[in-house]
Amino acid sequence: MKPGEHPLTAFENFMEGIWKQNPVFVMVLGMCPTLAVTVSAINALGMGVATTFVLVFSCLLVSAIRNWVPKEVRIATYIVIIASFVTVVDYAIQALSLDLYEALGAFIQLIVVNCIILGRAEAHASKHPPLTAVVNALGMGIGFTIGLFALGSVREIFGAGSLFGIALFGPSFQPWIVMLLPPGGFFVLGAWLLLFAGWKQRKEAKDGA
Amino acid sequence: MEHESLFQIFIGTLLTNNFVLAMFLGLCPFLGVSGRLNTAVPMGAATTFVMLVASLCAYGLNVLLTALDLQFLRLIAYIVVIASAVQLVEMFLKKTSPNLFRALGIYLPLITTNCAVLGVALFQTTREYSFLQSIVFALAGGGGFTLALLLMAGLRERLNLATVPQRVQGTGLALMLAGLLSLVFMGFAGLGASAG
Repeated sequence: MKPGEHPLTAFENFMEGIWKQNPVFVMVLGMCPTLAVTVSAINALGMGVATTFVLVFSCLLVSAIRNWVPKEVRIATYIVIIASFVTVVDYAIQALSLDLYEALGAFIQLIVVNCIILGRAEAHASKHPPLTAVVNALGMGIGFTIGLFALGSVREIFGAGSLFGIALFGPSFQPWIVMLLPPGGFFVLGAWLLLFAGWKQRKEAKDGA
Repeated sequence: MEHESLFQIFIGTLLTNNFVLAMFLGLCPFLGVSGRLNTAVPMGAATTFVMLVASLCAYGLNVLLTALDLQFLRLIAYIVVIASAVQLVEMFLKKTSPNLFRALGIYLPLITTNCAVLGVALFQTTREYSFLQSIVFALAGGGGFTLALLLMAGLRERLNLATVPQRVQGTGLALMLAGLLSLVFMGFAGLGASAG
């Protein structure tokens, strides 16, 4: 935060990740899991919840120990903390839902290298008390989940003609297979970004006029 | 998967299952550093080197951890090794080529959080590759990453000269390009069908 800015209220702090600083659409961070697992809405939600869990608990711990960690080894410390929580999530998902575990594959373990988590730990949690950090992390996590869901649902609707596995269109629907394949991920995210960019520009033009 | 030949692994990882365009690994540097051709090559080389080191260490670590029955520590051990390897590359580059070091900027330490590097280590473990297979896998993965980075950088340099509506410029356009590239790479699908 810059010196002149007023401190954010708890609500603003929470909303920051959902809207203003949305990790998927605004900051464009954590792209790898975003594109890889969003072939269906349920996968996207599972991934979002898993990431949120890791994000919240890592930020809590990072924030709690922020005064004792020497500056030189802070990144290594954060990574070890994050990796521990990811291991927990990895085993938990394996125990709870084997289907989801198999669908997400190595991408659960790859949450470790999700830039959002390290970015939040470094940029926010290491400078704020635990409660603020957790609220902010929760907002970010929910924002990330919304972003994933926006991608996953679009790809599932077009690519498989269903949402959460329930068929939406009649049997004559011809699935748009490319949406489920890798290029579809790029196209859908690109389209969302273009949509938001266009929207923003329109708003600015209106404000200027 | 002992039956997979080294050649199959190489082609399969380099083209068919290209790390960036088919498996979505390492997208952050892919979108971040692919602005210019002259930074794309060193970035690719640095990442390939880290992948190779990570792959070698991961192979050794996996044997050790399996022997000690400590598989749950695997992820933590891998990431620490990768972070150290990146630190090594960073120090080496800072000493030998300060210009390049500045050009790569924040993306150099970020190789640590490049999913492609950790991906190499994790995939070679789940697929139970032998020592030689792991090395080929890491080299092909790094090669594929460099290839994708190069293609993308070339395209984006051309794009700078084209007239594009202002609304479309930026990450959205880069993603659309990546989508097209990915579509192109799907054409290789028949090449290494059994490697996947």
